[in-house]
Amino acid sequence: MSMLIPQAGDIPLPDPGPISAPYWQGCRAGVLRFQRCLDCGAPTHTPALLCAACTSMNLEWVDSSGLGEIYSWTRVWRPVTPAFITPYVPIIVTMEEGWSILSNLVGCEDDSVAIGQLVEVEFHHSGGPDDIWLPYFHHRSS
Amino acid sequence: MGHPFRDVAIVGVFNTKQARVLEGYDSQSIALEAALGAIADAGLEPRDIDGVVGGIASNFLYQSRIGPAWRSMSPLGIPAVIEGAMAIACGLANTVLIATGEAGSYRQHASTAPWTRPTNEFVAAYGMFTAAEFALMARRHMHMYGTTPESMAHVAATIRNNGHVNPQAVYSGRGPFTADDVLNSRMVADPFHLLDCAMTSEGGTALVLTHADRAGDLAKTPVHLLGGGTDHYGPSYQHPPVWDLGGVRRPDLVAGHVGRRAAEEAFAFAGLGPSDVDVCEFYDPFSFELIRQFEAYGFCAEGEGGDYVMSGVIEPGGRHPITTDGGTMSFSHGGASVQLFQRVIRGVQQLRGECISSQVANAEVAMCTGGGAGALFTDVLLLGKERP
Ligand SMILES: [Zn+2]
Repeated sequence: MSMLIPQAGDIPLPDPGPISAPYWQGCRAGVLRFQRCLDCGAPTHTPALLCAACTSMNLEWVDSSGLGEIYSWTRVWRPVTPAFITPYVPIIVTMEEGWSILSNLVGCEDDSVAIGQLVEVEFHHSGGPDDIWLPYFHHRSS
Repeated sequence: MGHPFRDVAIVGVFNTKQARVLEGYDSQSIALEAALGAIADAGLEPRDIDGVVGGIASNFLYQSRIGPAWRSMSPLGIPAVIEGAMAIACGLANTVLIATGEAGSYRQHASTAPWTRPTNEFVAAYGMFTAAEFALMARRHMHMYGTTPESMAHVAATIRNNGHVNPQAVYSGRGPFTADDVLNSRMVADPFHLLDCAMTSEGGTALVLTHADRAGDLAKTPVHLLGGGTDHYGPSYQHPPVWDLGGVRRPDLVAGHVGRRAAEEAFAFAGLGPSDVDVCEFYDPFSFELIRQFEAYGFCAEGEGGDYVMSGVIEPGGRHPITTDGGTMSFSHGGASVQLFQRVIRGVQQLRGECISSQVANAEVAMCTGGGAGALFTDVLLLGKERP
């Protein structure tokens, strides 16, 4: 067993574009954001031009509660590049507002992950030319 | 109206030598060797080709000076075969060469192969690559239906044993394998152990399609396209691989079912159903994917794929033997595109009755597939010996 921590090595970092810049600005400010449709109310992630439910282009950026639950997970022992410390635990989280995000679980032993666990976002400074703060998730009790 | 592919036949197929490393080759040279092999297999000459599919096949046009010819840049597997068939069916070409190959593009193995790694800003920083993408789909299925690592390991052992007895497989003679061998191999991305996963290798492959009226005069038994379809949900490995993704247009079809619509279309074209399939040349990037495909294509009900693969149907001699040359786990995984054609190559060889290992007796219908849920696409092609 080992404690899951955010990656600190020379991992590939996001290269924000015009559509996704508000998302990464939010992360830098400690807020997880998603897009919500002003016409039908549906949430959309990853950052897009079109509403995933109705294809409206009338989207607004909204602050998420940062709370969700684990939808699926894997635990990786063969790193994608040597920069990643193993094991690490990619998870898909279903957020309270009904959208899905891919991230890594941190702050617990690597064998303590399960579908349905309640999690909460936290941010870690990864730096790079775009001063990236990456969202990770840790367990929460309620 | 007659069958859309009534006038099309696959008349030449060829795999070059496949190996972990093909010394002295690059992607161009191994693909050209494959092209010449497929043309010779058909009993044709290069000058008989008047259409090509793929960037490397385009190079063949130049080197052989056989232009002007019809050309498509469709690069990946079954969609390229369907496109070549459409060109013949539409009268845009008479004889189409499809060829590809990769060598020398991945020899530093500290990182996973370049085609396994996404570049998208929402997944790359979290260490994602193909095994993790497919694992997230598999884990969701395990949660919903209780699917077990043992059933996945049985799939992997079955395919690897097909490769073990295939003298042309990269991992020929490496077995035999039991499910326990798979479960005892080191973990790559939970629930996938090393032996649940595809390998990396190098190789070339090619096939030749021509007008069915001409096919009878050629060297080998013609094989026909009974039906095909392609299901795609978007770019691979750039977005979270969510089982329940999609469903706006067809609420019953989410990403976890990818390939179901394609299979429905293929079976409808063919006037056949799963019980008519003699050989399941299913694409095998990861063991779980075979379980998912049997469900998606209607061989069994959703959630029952784990029990289905344990019921004796997938082994040699079973009703629906799978991936009979060893697939990407044992035969070859030649790069970003080569292996996506090789289920079709093997399906043709099975229907011709010319496999040097694991030949299925009296095979009439082969189902060939490519892709998988973790990649958000699955393509399906039904092959048969009878002209549709
Ligand atoms: Zn909308």
